[in-house]
Amino acid sequence: MFDPSQAWSLSPEVSLRDESFGALAYHHGTRRLVFLKSAKLVEVVTCLDRFESADAAIDAVVDERDHPRYVAALAALAASGIISGR
Amino acid sequence: MGADSSLRNRFERGLNAPICLTWELTYACNLACTHCLSSSGRRDPRELTTDEAKRLIDEIAAMQIFYVNVGGGEPMIRRDFFELVEHAVAQKVGVKFSTNGTRIDRVAARRLASTDYLDLQVSIDGADADTSDKIRGAGSYAAARRAMDHLKAADFGPFKISVVMTRDNVDQLDDLETLAEAYGAQLRLTRLRPSGRAVELWEELRPTRLQNRELYDWLVQRPHVLTGDSFFHLSAFGEPLDGLNLCGAGRVVCLIDPVGDVYACPFVIHEQFKAGNVRDAGFQKVWRDSALFRSLREPGNPGACGSCGSYDACRGGCMAAKFFTGLELSDPDPECVFGHGETALEARRVALRPRSSPDHSRRVPVIISAR
Repeated sequence: MFDPSQAWSLSPEVSLRDESFGALAYHHGTRRLVFLKSAKLVEVVTCLDRFESADAAIDAVVDERDHPRYVAALAALAASGIISGR
Repeated sequence: MGADSSLRNRFERGLNAPICLTWELTYACNLACTHCLSSSGRRDPRELTTDEAKRLIDEIAAMQIFYVNVGGGEPMIRRDFFELVEHAVAQKVGVKFSTNGTRIDRVAARRLASTDYLDLQVSIDGADADTSDKIRGAGSYAAARRAMDHLKAADFGPFKISVVMTRDNVDQLDDLETLAEAYGAQLRLTRLRPSGRAVELWEELRPTRLQNRELYDWLVQRPHVLTGDSFFHLSAFGEPLDGLNLCGAGRVVCLIDPVGDVYACPFVIHEQFKAGNVRDAGFQKVWRDSALFRSLREPGNPGACGSCGSYDACRGGCMAAKFFTGLELSDPDPECVFGHGETALEARRVALRPRSSPDHSRRVPVIISAR
């Protein structure tokens, strides 16, 4: 279960590749390929490990009104193992 | 791997590196399947050396291509097969390879099972020896089953069983699923393309229209069955099948052949779709700058399909299927679910269909020994 008040980071088994639409994320363990569909989402994901909570990482990158959308996007990434709790 | 339409549009303009890179390691093969899309058999003397292959793997790693689909020919025939696999996985370039299974004995199965980031598919073309051997040769089905037994015994995990769908095996879908379940394997079904040696028998071997409908209905209910996105032309039947549902040739997909030639996709091994060679200035240069790939990334012309309400579902279908049946690339897919392809085939302008350029077929019978 994704809790945005906790600390998260990109999973160690995941590689990111920048693309014009955002990035591709590949989980080497599950062999799942996931699309990060905006540059902002890539920014949030890659800065997760510098913040004490996912909420704080989101707030550092996007406007407050977009916050819930990014919580939902991170929850999906947590469900597929792209990001993990630390 | 679903994708919304805006993402699909971005993909059609090309990516920094392919998502699905196929690398045929060798044209050598100990089988002589009648539908071989690379017309394999004899080793090409110009095959990439071990050092060249390793340099290519280094470049693949640097381009952040996460995994490579290795095929052939029979890739395990290369003496440096395990050396190359280990070179790739050591750099976290995953290897998914396709094999006929004849080289997977007890020892090989254990070695494969102990390698990380390695995934494999064993090919059969029917749920029984009669159906499969008709295409792949006498003894090939039994050899593939022995390989599966070894993999299961070695606790490899969920390997894949890969089947090309034909007129003879669409009726065996449930049996194929049962077989996969018995091995804890994943079933992977792909489309018979009229490429390579299949140019000759595609007309007689391809599923009928009714069978394609059955296949679509079966797949819609089973999103867990893998298809390599190869049936997107059937998405025009209704709801889209799982996958990107687009022709990725030169955009998200490409092929490197055993001598380093780069083609737009694994199904168009033909001079017209050759983008360059990795021996010249490396793979990245070909992927980013080749005139062919740049043109494939231009906005597509829907051609004859533009007025069809389902163009967004099937995107006009498969480029290779059109090319090798003598159709124009702006024509409908020859297996268009509305029958527009049949009409185009009847009216096709090219009397002689193109043949795959390199032909490495052997002319001697194939004998499979038990392992």
